[in-house]
Amino acid sequence: MLIQAKDLPFRELNRQINAAGEQSVTLQGVMGQRFIASGLKGKDVEINGIPGNALGAYLDGAHITVRGNAQDATGDTMNEGSIRIYGRSGDATGYAMRGGSIYVQGDSGYRAGIHMKAYSAKYPVLVIGGAAGSFLGEYLAGGVIIVLGIGHEAEGKAPVGYFTGTGMYGGKIFLRSAHVPHDLPPQVDVREAAAQDREEAYAHVAQYCAYFGGDPHQLMEHRLLVLTPSEESSYKQLYCAQ
Amino acid sequence: MSIEGQVRIPSGCAITSVFSKSGENISGRLVVDSIATMHERSNGLGGGFAGYGIYPQYKDLYAFHIFYDTLAARQACEAFIDRHFDVVNLSKIPVRKHPNIIDEPLIWRYFLTPLPTKLKDSQLDESEFTKRCVIRINDSIEGAYVFSSGKNMGVFKAVGYPEDVGDFYRLEDYEGYCWTAHGRYPTNTPGWWGGAHPFALLGYSIVHNGEISSYDANRRFIEMYGYRCNLQTDTEVITYIVDFLHRRRGLTLAEVASVIAAPFWTTIATKPAEEREKLTYLRNTFASLLITGPFSILLGFDGGIMALNDRLKLRSMVVGERGDRVYIASEECAIRVMEPDLEKLWAPRGGEPVIVRLNAGAQGR
Repeated sequence: MLIQAKDLPFRELNRQINAAGEQSVTLQGVMGQRFIASGLKGKDVEINGIPGNALGAYLDGAHITVRGNAQDATGDTMNEGSIRIYGRSGDATGYAMRGGSIYVQGDSGYRAGIHMKAYSAKYPVLVIGGAAGSFLGEYLAGGVIIVLGIGHEAEGKAPVGYFTGTGMYGGKIFLRSAHVPHDLPPQVDVREAAAQDREEAYAHVAQYCAYFGGDPHQLMEHRLLVLTPSEESSYKQLYCAQ
Repeated sequence: MSIEGQVRIPSGCAITSVFSKSGENISGRLVVDSIATMHERSNGLGGGFAGYGIYPQYKDLYAFHIFYDTLAARQACEAFIDRHFDVVNLSKIPVRKHPNIIDEPLIWRYFLTPLPTKLKDSQLDESEFTKRCVIRINDSIEGAYVFSSGKNMGVFKAVGYPEDVGDFYRLEDYEGYCWTAHGRYPTNTPGWWGGAHPFALLGYSIVHNGEISSYDANRRFIEMYGYRCNLQTDTEVITYIVDFLHRRRGLTLAEVASVIAAPFWTTIATKPAEEREKLTYLRNTFASLLITGPFSILLGFDGGIMALNDRLKLRSMVVGERGDRVYIASEECAIRVMEPDLEKLWAPRGGEPVIVRLNAGAQGR
């Protein structure tokens, strides 16, 4: 089902998406409407144009495809489902997400994956094909963030900004990078990916390539770093029952 | 009813802009359509615009835009102006009645030049003389507020949603090489006309999304140099800081950015020696002008525009480019509605200024 989004206020646009009788909904002419598909389940939504902030907030199982860039706070607190973006994403992508997956073909802004969390079967996945901005994985509590740095390999630095992993106390960050970020905080450990790590990362890299093209084996033939909170100095003792 | 200054206002807000490096004339309508896409970032309590290159017929004269609460305020202010300036032209600013724009003050425009004798007696240069007069009016004439005072530029602002404000001021009738726009979201008080953005002084204008935690420290410092923060809105102080550092102290815009959005000491420590020394000097010398808290600002100035985020980038900002046009906005949609096919789109880093100027020899200079 096709919805012409041009000039529709966001509430009306979401009302039409919810009311659509078919599972598959295509939006044309989207221009900055916020909260698209928020809390949605059981539908596939394709977005043509520029979705506004908080795309797929509280998403609950729907699958979203963006044919273009996304703005800020994509997948804010999403619970289940998937968002794939054929372009770049703005700041705070995957903000506090607790399940499902977000795949960004290109770069992402500041604070990607801020305060993602995991519990039992809920394990959020955020994959960024290009480079991430500063404060990647800030306050990360669970789930996995993968930054592939495609196209940034020759920059002589990790494909991240400053202050990666600030306040991180759970979860895991993969960096496909020959370089360790120079300013990792003391409570974050960095190591080379072991066979088991590579196996975990490969599944998500293969999914990235299935979406956007590319050869996962070739992408994985590269130095891969794993960032985790260190056991000794982690904030875990502050926030988690021992 | 409390006005700003009696009550604190944290704000949300939207900003957008368009700039033609070759000095092409751009209708004000374009930026009105741009800011309208970010309607949800405003709450109807303030909208405004700054246009550069809009008064070519009077490009060597200062254009004062003034709000008057009362006829008495106008009379007092005009008496002051007559004592200090030669008024070449004056008129009401043309507006169109709009159902959503109410309680408007008297809105007047003056094209003027300092009286030669007064200027000579003051032993000041023209811009400093004019700046002091603006501050004098705003500080001492009750009910009069000069909200625009540059050459070949003008600010238009009101209480309302920005798209309605643009209609009210008939911005489609103006053309310029640069436009900035603001949609306001004050949450604690009624907004008022003078509190809308942009805040302007001489050729500088600021639109701002954010909240300045360091406001009072900044204010205390800048007031020592003759500025008066009598509107007590945080944005006002940024305009004065820019005037002080750029016009009076002669810092480059990049240096101004390194003062107000100074890198962290830990970041400075990683820089090459020469840059490290310079950043250290600027941070130490102008420590009280560091602006903390979340902000994204657009600074319009004579012949150019600068965009700047706080160093932590707690507010969003994207830049788009195509041909000689540069677009900077809080959200990408506000850019795409002006130009769907961009050659380049990117997000500046926190504290990284984006400075765009007219090409050499471009019209509008």
